Amino acid sequence: MDILNFILEPLQYAFMFKAVVVSTIVGVACAILSCFLVLKGWSLLGDAISHAVLPGVVLAYMLGIPFGLGAFVFAMLAVTLIGYIKNNTKIKEDAVMGIVFTTLFALGLMLISKIISSVDLTHVLFGEVLGISDNDAWYTFIILALVSLVVLIFRRTFLLFCFDPIHAQSLGLPVRFIHYAFLSLLAVTITGSIQTVGIILVIAMLITPGSTAFLLTKRFSSMLQIAIGISLISSLIGAYSSYYFNIATGGTIVFVQGCIFLLVFTYQTIVTNYKSRRQLQTS
Amino acid sequence: MKDIAISLNEVNVRYGNNIALRDATINIPYHSFTGVIGMNGAGKSTLFKAIMGLVTPQTGTITICGDDPHTAQKHGHVAYVPQSELVDWDFPVSVYEVVMMGRIGTQNILKMASAVDHDTVKTALERVNMTAFKDRQIGELSGGQKKRVFVARALAQGADILLLDEPFAGLDATTEKSLIALLISLKESGKTIILATHDLLSLPDTCDHVALVKSTIIGFGPTKEVFTKELVERTFDGILNHVKFN
Repeated sequence: MDILNFILEPLQYAFMFKAVVVSTIVGVACAILSCFLVLKGWSLLGDAISHAVLPGVVLAYMLGIPFGLGAFVFAMLAVTLIGYIKNNTKIKEDAVMGIVFTTLFALGLMLISKIISSVDLTHVLFGEVLGISDNDAWYTFIILALVSLVVLIFRRTFLLFCFDPIHAQSLGLPVRFIHYAFLSLLAVTITGSIQTVGIILVIAMLITPGSTAFLLTKRFSSMLQIAIGISLISSLIGAYSSYYFNIATGGTIVFVQGCIFLLVFTYQTIVTNYKSRRQLQTS
Repeated sequence: MKDIAISLNEVNVRYGNNIALRDATINIPYHSFTGVIGMNGAGKSTLFKAIMGLVTPQTGTITICGDDPHTAQKHGHVAYVPQSELVDWDFPVSVYEVVMMGRIGTQNILKMASAVDHDTVKTALERVNMTAFKDRQIGELSGGQKKRVFVARALAQGADILLLDEPFAGLDATTEKSLIALLISLKESGKTIILATHDLLSLPDTCDHVALVKSTIIGFGPTKEVFTKELVERTFDGILNHVKFN
């Protein structure tokens, strides 16, 4: 089959066009944030937030307001709770995160079982980008494009915040504000991505591209570019696979990302071994 | 008070119920090289944080180069060289980029580097003899070079006061010597150097002033006067036979 036809033919259908556009922006936004998240060591926090938003999504569904709004409120609630409990007990942060996000996730499951059909539950948990409505598609695109822009524009400040927050603070930068600004952007990205990859898998989009890129480069600017590239390719493969082979978009995107990570990791291990062996031989 | 770079007056810092610093009073003159010594948990890092404006004392006043700590931050008076173990050496930044981070306080909200910024960074790198390594990722440096990068960041910041937290930890004797030589030459060019150290052996040759910390400042002054067996043993709650005193 003609390759151009292979790519363009599905785009004649409005649902597929939306799916490709939304998957693309989700891929880009998640990739940009993943670079910071991985360097900051906040992967687990991202996971916690993504689960904790579930009750927010359900309540938004009930009230007929945008999913993102409800999700954002619960993301902030989770972050505040985690911070407050951690600062006021001797329990370690990972345990606090575990308690908070599972409790909120459980609340979400309870609400869902009362209100929403099991089909919709699957969509929230695992994503369903092919069935996205026009409004949701627009909403996702605008929100995630904005997040991507904001993070890119302020990337130097965020990078300094990740690298040496004490230095930033000693120069009078509003580190607390930057901290919460970054968390808010993270929460918005997660909520914007749920429709495509679902609550369970969105964290993969926020860890894997950045981690893979981190293996490949020592420059942050190229780390951003590589992560975006990997994420974009995965998103497109995901969207087209669901069209041609009728398999889950979110699952495919995350699986492809995982495979790229494994390939890069394997390649690097082999190269490192080869190099160190040659060094031994020549010395 | 014109000659005083850092002045703490009856400063008390509490974290919850723990008193980290009690009635601390110290006046560190400009162009001095002060070694801060004390046991772990004695309050050295709280003292540093107070000087950097990272903790606000419950009572007492702090003056940095004539400014309150908040204004001092805005002016970038104080620069901080972190302990090596607190730095993520795998972080994907180059030597040049780290030194450029010293300029961030003077840049606008987008933090774009100006021609002046680039010149300042280059000068700072030359000053610490690291120009040849400017494109290296920071993990690809030796222990001494890593320290020099952060000293360069402090210089790029334009700080008058350099705080170094255990800069000699993990360095071999030769590297330590050359770092000390760099710091002394910075002092002679007008900087005020303050370092926390556990290296009591080299201290008398390095520092012209000593601050002894044990929940409070139990002594501060010229090394010759303050670095005595009696005071240092009081600081460390024990007998120190391996150290040469005045």
